[in-house]
Amino acid sequence: MSLDRSDVEKIAHLARLAISPDQTERYAAELSNILDLVAQMDSVNTDDVEPMAHPLHMAQRLRPDQATEPDRRAEYQAGAPLSEGGLYLVPKVIE
Amino acid sequence: MQNKSIAELAADLRLRKYSSTELTRHYLDRIARLDPQLNSFITVDAEAALAAAARADEALARDQAGPLTGIPIAHKDIFCTKGVRTSCASRMLDNFVAPYDATVVERLGGAGAVMLGKTNMDEFAMGSSNETSYYGPVANPWDTSRVPGGSSGGSAAAVAARLCAAATGTDTGGSIRQPAALCGITGIKPTYGRCSRWGMIAFASSLDQAGVMARSAADAAFLLDEMAGFDERDSTSADVPVPDYVDALDNDISGLRIGLPKEFFGEGLDPRVGAAVEAAIREYEKLGAEIREISLPNSPLSVPVYYVVAPAECSSNLARFDGVRYGHRCAAPADLEDLYTRSRAEGFGAEVQRRVMIGTYVLSAGYYDAYYLKAQKIRHLIADDFKRAFEEVDVIMGPTTPSTAFALGDKMDDPVAMYLNDIYTIATNLAGLPGMSIPVEPVAGMPVGLQLIGNYFDEARLLNVAHRYQHLTHWHQAAPAGFD
Repeated sequence: MSLDRSDVEKIAHLARLAISPDQTERYAAELSNILDLVAQMDSVNTDDVEPMAHPLHMAQRLRPDQATEPDRRAEYQAGAPLSEGGLYLVPKVIE
Repeated sequence: MQNKSIAELAADLRLRKYSSTELTRHYLDRIARLDPQLNSFITVDAEAALAAAARADEALARDQAGPLTGIPIAHKDIFCTKGVRTSCASRMLDNFVAPYDATVVERLGGAGAVMLGKTNMDEFAMGSSNETSYYGPVANPWDTSRVPGGSSGGSAAAVAARLCAAATGTDTGGSIRQPAALCGITGIKPTYGRCSRWGMIAFASSLDQAGVMARSAADAAFLLDEMAGFDERDSTSADVPVPDYVDALDNDISGLRIGLPKEFFGEGLDPRVGAAVEAAIREYEKLGAEIREISLPNSPLSVPVYYVVAPAECSSNLARFDGVRYGHRCAAPADLEDLYTRSRAEGFGAEVQRRVMIGTYVLSAGYYDAYYLKAQKIRHLIADDFKRAFEEVDVIMGPTTPSTAFALGDKMDDPVAMYLNDIYTIATNLAGLPGMSIPVEPVAGMPVGLQLIGNYFDEARLLNVAHRYQHLTHWHQAAPAGFD
């Protein structure tokens, strides 16, 4: 599997990573090498195999739908790069 | 003091031969003196450590001490620690101070252990050499021109260099066992779900597991006794009773059936490493174990499967780092898209970005069946291989790594060559099984690890089997020159 520069640009956009044009060539080569390694999977017939969702086949635990966590907003927001009045601030989204 | 076992330290503390405060100062002095050569710590918090030591001394004075009371340890910088920076070795979290303790941190702290600081690691635990850290590489104390392994390279180097009595680590594809092998210490990755993942920064959620890095199986047992067990805050935590690991250490192992997978002794294994591992297995024969050759036919596929599953889960987990709620935020973003993309590109190093992109690609529209679903199917085949093997044997053994520690910088330009270092450890994570690495006879002065793989929740047996070997041999007591 070989990826070209435009594939890398598309993937970087989906991953929300700003990749500079001089990096795309290198990433294309490196990601293609990784996908070549991954291609070894094609040698196995898995037609009748169930995918493994959990190593121990455990089901997700459920809990009663009750609020159990105290309000720690101020504490959690203390580490935010930019917040005001309990809100996270981001660049203007709607004109 | 630094060469004593945890049991010996605990006994000395009780006999008032020295206080936890003195012991803690001793380790802090060693870190200040010796760590500049290694870079094994990202953060040392002497003040908090001495405060914890003072509390331990009070508990000792009141005769309310447990086996870990006053014992100085370190945490891999992936575990959240309230009030002490948790960076995950990333620029993204260079300024992050968690508002809570991880369950593992809370339990060890509750047992009286003293945290000296946070150890270096590969960025977001992605790496096998500790060279992807934002805070620089860690050196191997046995030869400072070589890597300590990764991703828990700081914990491994710190334990080997006697800068702490023991340390925590995490293992997603070998990140406890591989550095333990390369640094000549004992590491255990428990069964998936055995130790809580709450407060442990997520990399690949179906594989990540916390464990212990120590100088012996007995020391590891003391920590695992506190760390293991159900936690309702982790939705994947296993609700399975925890035996007393220390109690089981001396159990007789005659009649133990040991399986040697032929796939672990083939091409790619340094023959000198293979010979050291085989010599250790002969010691087990002397202890009455029975050796059988087994086959794990799908295990050679574990590396390709892992490099689909782990990046896919990593790309999903790391989507939370958006420059908005915590972590790095780029300067003067033009709009929201610019805020996301530049904060992430500036905050993540190259290996993290590669894995996020691979994961994004394999999960993108049209590729899911060919990659993630296919990988999860082969993962089932790999787990079934182990299931069949454990019908015939009690423990599986082999090398932990194909070679001893390689030189710093050797594999940084070739990600795939780096990935192949974990060829013997990854299958265990894919199956969710517990695994260990213990030091055997070194090769040309560099440590070699024997890997032990157990059945689900059979950590007590692994520690017991490792302890019996360590009772018979002295490899685990060897200290690197200059750090003894």
